[in-house]
Amino acid sequence: MNRVSFFLKEALRSIGRNPIPSFAALMAVLITTLVLGIFIPAVQLANGAAADVRDRIQVNVFMKTNATQADVARVRARLERTEHVKDVVYVSKAQAYAEQKKQNPEAYDLLGNVNPLPDTFRITPDDANNGSAIIAALQTKGVNGKTTPVDPKIGSTKESKNQAAKVVQITGAVKLSLGLLGGLLVVASILLISNTIRLSLFSRRREVEVMKLVGATDSFIRWPFVLEGLILGTIGGVMAIVLLGLAKLTILNQLEGVATLISRPDMIQFGPLIAVLVLASIGVAAAGSGLSLRRFLRV
Amino acid sequence: MATQRSNAARLRQAEGRADAPSRRPAAERPSHPDAVIEFRGVTKSYDHSNAGVRDATFSVHRGDFLFLVGQTGAGKSTLMKLLLKEMEPDSGLIRVAGRDLSEITRKKVPYYRRNLGVVFQDFKLLPNRTVYDNVAYALQVTGASRKQIRQQVPDILRLTGLSTKLHHYPHQLSGGEQQRVSVARAFVNHPPLLLADEPTGNLDPDTTIGIMQLLYRINKTGSTVVVATHDEGMVNRMRRRVIELQGGQIIRDEVAGGYGAQPTSESTAEFGALLRGEPAPAPQRRVRRDPDAADLFDEAFSE
Repeated sequence: MNRVSFFLKEALRSIGRNPIPSFAALMAVLITTLVLGIFIPAVQLANGAAADVRDRIQVNVFMKTNATQADVARVRARLERTEHVKDVVYVSKAQAYAEQKKQNPEAYDLLGNVNPLPDTFRITPDDANNGSAIIAALQTKGVNGKTTPVDPKIGSTKESKNQAAKVVQITGAVKLSLGLLGGLLVVASILLISNTIRLSLFSRRREVEVMKLVGATDSFIRWPFVLEGLILGTIGGVMAIVLLGLAKLTILNQLEGVATLISRPDMIQFGPLIAVLVLASIGVAAAGSGLSLRRFLRV
Repeated sequence: MATQRSNAARLRQAEGRADAPSRRPAAERPSHPDAVIEFRGVTKSYDHSNAGVRDATFSVHRGDFLFLVGQTGAGKSTLMKLLLKEMEPDSGLIRVAGRDLSEITRKKVPYYRRNLGVVFQDFKLLPNRTVYDNVAYALQVTGASRKQIRQQVPDILRLTGLSTKLHHYPHQLSGGEQQRVSVARAFVNHPPLLLADEPTGNLDPDTTIGIMQLLYRINKTGSTVVVATHDEGMVNRMRRRVIELQGGQIIRDEVAGGYGAQPTSESTAEFGALLRGEPAPAPQRRVRRDPDAADLFDEAFSE
């Protein structure tokens, strides 16, 4: 007990005596923790967004404009029998027209009362990768290599894959660049911390030398330094978490109603995130000071 | 291990009975298992041309006051560093209190060093601690209790004449005072062996005498004291044992001024007078005190 309080006193004394290196180490921990705190949810967000888009991949079957109610019923039955089809939704000419007009009223005003849109079936495949299999099943290959739809009243079959692929690509790029940026920042912070600790140790190498000469064991010398790192790491981590909490309250919670993307149900909860961050900041600080000390203790 | 130790103890006892203080040169002196320091053919070189110490053989007995003299680079500091186990000899054997230093593992070195008091030319005080804390640190290192520290530190500071400077920082003290703090720190554990490497190199003659008197007083409590210095004039006036080094080799090992002239004991004042080169004041002979517990190395590092 005597010893613990002695080490604690030594650590606090050393922080007080070296305020600038201590502040630098604290800032380094704070920045690392902030980066991790933003980086972990951001990557999850990007992952979730990509998964979302993949779920939205559909196959659209457009009827010819002259298709009758009977044709629609026949094609629908045919579609429902096709393999890999999970769900078929029929969107009539009129419904499609109303939808589009709502999205782009000016263009449709110009068209007047003419409805150029065909009846459409929106098919959800059982798996995002089976879209092309459905399309293949709805077409027959002619002798000249040309494909024709299985039903004469089907105009064309398209997978909304092009747009989907783009979204997946973009989220992938975002994820990659976020990952690179986050990785770089974490590496920079770790270097900064170890450098700061090394500097503060270097300025005290004489002190360490004297301690060794009067017969201090390595652990007796090490503990105050490690404790110092732990204290700085904890303060830095807590400050970062407070900042993150404020950011969550002021920015994210306000946006939640507007952009559903920002809050996902499978995203990490704030509580566990904090636990991870606290452990990370304390661990980095303790490991940093412990490792830097190893070299200096070989006097 | 245990039998070895008891053997050593028995030998020590036997030696205590038979051995009248035999102050012959080291070369003729048989090696005693209880010699506080024993060097046998110790060589340490830094590179091919530059020999730190070459084939050094000597021993130092309990309660001795020994001067190591020689010019800069003669090997005095190398000897000190070897004794501190800051480095290892290339060849030869070093024993301290009968214990072969090469047997002490890296982990045990701190425990070994607690049996040594060390004083340096540049004081090596902790700059951001007060006089009191500097001295207390040497005790804290050994795991001494707060009560022990509160008792021992003021005592030793009184002994070294620093009672009024308890809460000063090293930079607020004169060189002589800083060296006193350094001596106080070295002696607070009452080590059986005190090493001083050019303790007065940075001090003026009067302050030098004060520090040397302090070391002498410590010697009189039974601690063996080894002082490295290049101040030959002072050494020759003092009529103590001198080992002179040149280029890493021992070229002289004798009692300066002749053995016959050596008084068995003198008071600190007489010692100071000797240092100043004055005729000694009326001799006040004292019975040489028996060595006490502080003379014996504690067993901590021999475990």
